[in-house]
Amino acid sequence: MAYQFDFAPVFEHTNLLLSGAGFTLALTAVGAVLGIGLGIVGAICRAWRIRPFDSVFGVYVEIIRNTPFLVQLFFIFFGLPALGIKMTEWQAAVLAMVINLGAYSTEIIRAGIQATPRGQLEAAASLALSRFQIFRHVVLRPALAKVWPALTSQVIIVMLGSAVCSQIATEELTFAANFIQSRNFRAFETYFVTTALYFVMALLIRQLLMQIGQRYVVGRAG
Amino acid sequence: MSLVKIAGLHKHFGSNHVLKGIDLDVAQGDVVALIGRSGSGKSTLLRTINGLETIDKGELRVDGTALHDGKGDLRALRQKVGMVFQQFNLFPHLTAGQNVMLAPTVVKGMSKRDAEDIAKEMLLKVGLAEKFDSFPDQLSGGQQQRVAIARALAMQPKVLLCDEITSALDPELVNEVLAVVRQLATEGMTLIMVTHEMRFARDVGNKLIFMHHGRIHESGDPRTVFANPQTPELANFVGSVTVAA
Repeated sequence: MAYQFDFAPVFEHTNLLLSGAGFTLALTAVGAVLGIGLGIVGAICRAWRIRPFDSVFGVYVEIIRNTPFLVQLFFIFFGLPALGIKMTEWQAAVLAMVINLGAYSTEIIRAGIQATPRGQLEAAASLALSRFQIFRHVVLRPALAKVWPALTSQVIIVMLGSAVCSQIATEELTFAANFIQSRNFRAFETYFVTTALYFVMALLIRQLLMQIGQRYVVGRAG
Repeated sequence: MSLVKIAGLHKHFGSNHVLKGIDLDVAQGDVVALIGRSGSGKSTLLRTINGLETIDKGELRVDGTALHDGKGDLRALRQKVGMVFQQFNLFPHLTAGQNVMLAPTVVKGMSKRDAEDIAKEMLLKVGLAEKFDSFPDQLSGGQQQRVAIARALAMQPKVLLCDEITSALDPELVNEVLAVVRQLATEGMTLIMVTHEMRFARDVGNKLIFMHHGRIHESGDPRTVFANPQTPELANFVGSVTVAA
């Protein structure tokens, strides 16, 4: 007896799937902007050995990169309330993504900063630019341009990883899929469609970030 | 009254004593050529003049801005001292024009329009007015080096340091850069250059300094010094390089 594929019970919940996908994208957008921002700050502290922040970021990077994202999320959502820090599932999800991406992008961006040829730093210094001006005008853009493909991949990894936020009832795409599957018992169809949605979203994000990179980071439009 | 005055300058790299008490006076409009074997300290001396190398002991004064034993306002000093490097060191993400405009806008707080005017003027001076919107990787080595000269000049320095600025160039591109430097010299720009172009040092320079083991071993008018070296070390050095030149 062959399995009868039936996608209709999934598409009954199209609205739910789309809103879930929308929330996943929103989580990713906020997480990416804040996470990369945190990464830039961390990378400066690490690359320039600004004490004590370089050590603080060093410890932070090691902890986050060597523990599971799900556990980080549980710690924030279930653990922190013990210290009186309570937040909604959305706040916890965003915070976990920012902290996670911040750690990885600190290391990625630091590599870009440290790849700046010494001669360019000397040329900028000889023109009387301050340390901050050198970073802002000479170091940052070429550094981001060098590591942009790696950052793009990391943002996508974080977007895909946001699926585990369903475990604290954040109503993103995987949460919606689990909900639909529990109603229609069409596990294959539900997760097939969900997989396809993640795939398309990942492609879209890659395209979008490559466009942004070309236009504003690598870009020569001015 | 000298524009650049160096007195009793010492510099160590770890246990290596690279500059052993340098005294040097450079007057407004002087064109000084620093020559010597590799490791003699000539590049290090040049780099101390705008603070790219720290000074362990001694005094450096450029147009009233001083460093005592390496302490003082580095950025004030650097506004008076321009520098051009062997490897050009243009900023790759900026056009030729933007490379020249950066320091005037960021350091001097000049408006974009004023900086653009200066950048155009400086690029015109080095013969590259039409390359304003070109990126460094679209330019030849000689053109990049001329942009680097324009970039340094845009800050209106009192003295321009040139660190082997033709050494990384293909032979056929050397002359276009030297021509720009020659032009600056005739306009009265004060220049201190580390160079291997002995003929250029003799023709354009009015002061020659031969460095040997971290000291000024011999100095004077280039024609006289080249024609009649007083020390065997210089005679030896001149003999080994003029054959190549």
